[in-house]
Amino acid sequence: MESLGVLLLHPLDTYLEQELDRRCRLLRLWDAPLDRRGEFLRAHASSIRAVVTGGGSGGGGDAALIDALPRLEIIACYAVGFDRVDLTRCRERGLRVTNTPGVLTDDVADLAVGLAIAALRRIPHADRYVRAGLWKANNGHYGLTTQFSGKRVGIIGLGRIGLAIAKRVEGFGCPVSYYQRTRQQQAYPNYTYLPTVVQLAADSDVLVVACSLNEQSHGIVSREVIEALGPRGVLVNVGRGAHVDQPELVAALAEGRLGGAGLDVFEAEPDVPEALMALDNVVLAPHMGSGTRETRKAMSDLVLANLEAHALSKPLLTPVV
Amino acid sequence: MESLGVLLLYPVNAYLEQELDRRCRLYRFWESPREEFLRAHAGAVRAVVGNANYGADAALIDALPALEIVASFSVGIDRVDLAKCRERGIRVTNTPDVLTDDVADLAVGLAIAVLRRIPQADRYVRAGLWKSRGDYTLTTRFSGKRVGIIGLGRIGQAVARRVEAFDCPVNYHQRTEQKSVYPNYTYYPTVVELASNSDVLVVACPLNASTRHIVSREVMETLGPKGVLINVGRGPHVDEPEMVAALADGRLGGAGLDVFEDEPNVPEALLGMDNVVLVPHVGSGTYETRKAMADLVLGNLEAHVLSKPLLTPVV
Repeated sequence: MESLGVLLLHPLDTYLEQELDRRCRLLRLWDAPLDRRGEFLRAHASSIRAVVTGGGSGGGGDAALIDALPRLEIIACYAVGFDRVDLTRCRERGLRVTNTPGVLTDDVADLAVGLAIAALRRIPHADRYVRAGLWKANNGHYGLTTQFSGKRVGIIGLGRIGLAIAKRVEGFGCPVSYYQRTRQQQAYPNYTYLPTVVQLAADSDVLVVACSLNEQSHGIVSREVIEALGPRGVLVNVGRGAHVDQPELVAALAEGRLGGAGLDVFEAEPDVPEALMALDNVVLAPHMGSGTRETRKAMSDLVLANLEAHALSKPLLTPVV
Repeated sequence: MESLGVLLLYPVNAYLEQELDRRCRLYRFWESPREEFLRAHAGAVRAVVGNANYGADAALIDALPALEIVASFSVGIDRVDLAKCRERGIRVTNTPDVLTDDVADLAVGLAIAVLRRIPQADRYVRAGLWKSRGDYTLTTRFSGKRVGIIGLGRIGQAVARRVEAFDCPVNYHQRTEQKSVYPNYTYYPTVVELASNSDVLVVACPLNASTRHIVSREVMETLGPKGVLINVGRGPHVDEPEMVAALADGRLGGAGLDVFEDEPNVPEALLGMDNVVLVPHVGSGTYETRKAMADLVLGNLEAHVLSKPLLTPVV
């Protein structure tokens, strides 16, 4: 794919960038200063046939970008979430879109469980306590937390990631319930379906967001859901910040209406509400769900393989559109 | 058991203390100087209640002529002089089973926390570095890592069951192989061989003369620069100075530690390291489990007083 002009929107991964540079005709959007991006795009529009974008704060692929690239054929997302890509516009233009599902499932599920245990057992808080010399200063005292094993886990979205989380928490004796648009009784007889997110929250001790972000799931964790989860409930978000009503979440945590949270994603990354930083009952992570060397290499290879398949007019490996 | 004189060595748990006060004749060891207390009350003490860090050693046992039972608020009883108890015909109980899940949860929680750097990333966010420096460094996947367990007892098995759900192959070492019971787990006849075949090494055996410093310099060097040690056993299971040096040098990749040789003292060097997660002996530290442990201590004392079989005797 040497002649494939690829526009990389953000410096996502060194290996990916090196390979794109080696195997394609790579353009880096950030080479142009912010106020000269429009010029940059106009200058190179005729050669850009592919865009590579990330998820979270590295995400892009909106209508404005698409419209600025008349020769664009494919948008390859280095992420499983493609909520920043304007799919409607892509369909209108006949553009292909790919993402990186599967390869990051285990890592995101591991982090979800790790955050749940870290939140319930207060591992980061305890670590801070020891490092600050308080264990010694307080004569060996540390407060009690609450057991993780056996807690009722509610999962919003029983897709690849949701199922991987379910499988893991079953190892801790946690009963699993879930909500999604369609029930899957036969497939998962051990998991209890709840028809609304509020009911799921009411019946759960730990509520995990593991669904994709789209119009219906935007703000799916509302104030009502948060209150149903309650003063002893814990929210774990490894989906997208926009899944949750963030101001409500912050208020509920600060006021004790919600027991705790483990958050890997936020509404406007990398901004994290100041109020959360002061709380001991939350664990904060900088969108690192797929942030392992193993997975990022696999994601890079999947992006490259999709681009290559496209260049060779072969079936895309992981198309969204 | 109103007439049972119980000596509580330390304020280990508010509920336990309340119940002992209500149902027995409670003496609190920390309320007066040791010698003064013993002069005044030694003859009245028929039971001692301690925990992981405060046990009935030989000196204390010798000072209590009426002692009949030591009920430890812990599963590990390395601080109780068992030989002395046997000599004197003193019964000893501990609190197994009720804390198995919590300790196993913590072991797995620590393993994920170390490999995925959860506390470190939390610090990164709280310090505003996500904003000023950008994305956090890449870490390494937990799923599929080879987990080696020293001691496949209740806690070891509970750890094994949990990590299996993450597709982690399970290896173990203990005094005897258990092939027919655990066909899916691979036995290694020495700890060094176990370490050689593991990415995460978990200490889950009891502390006794043969397991002291079972995690030696050689074991840690074999575990290696990408290996992670998880200790939810006892501090003395590990050669602590060697561990600190190995972590500082990079000869050992990382560690998740719930226990230390001289709690609550933690080696200064560890406090500044980024490849470790340190927690203050919280393995069984949940409301649910501490209540169950307290009830088990009380249940054992009551059984003793009524001359019924003890619930969880060690001696």
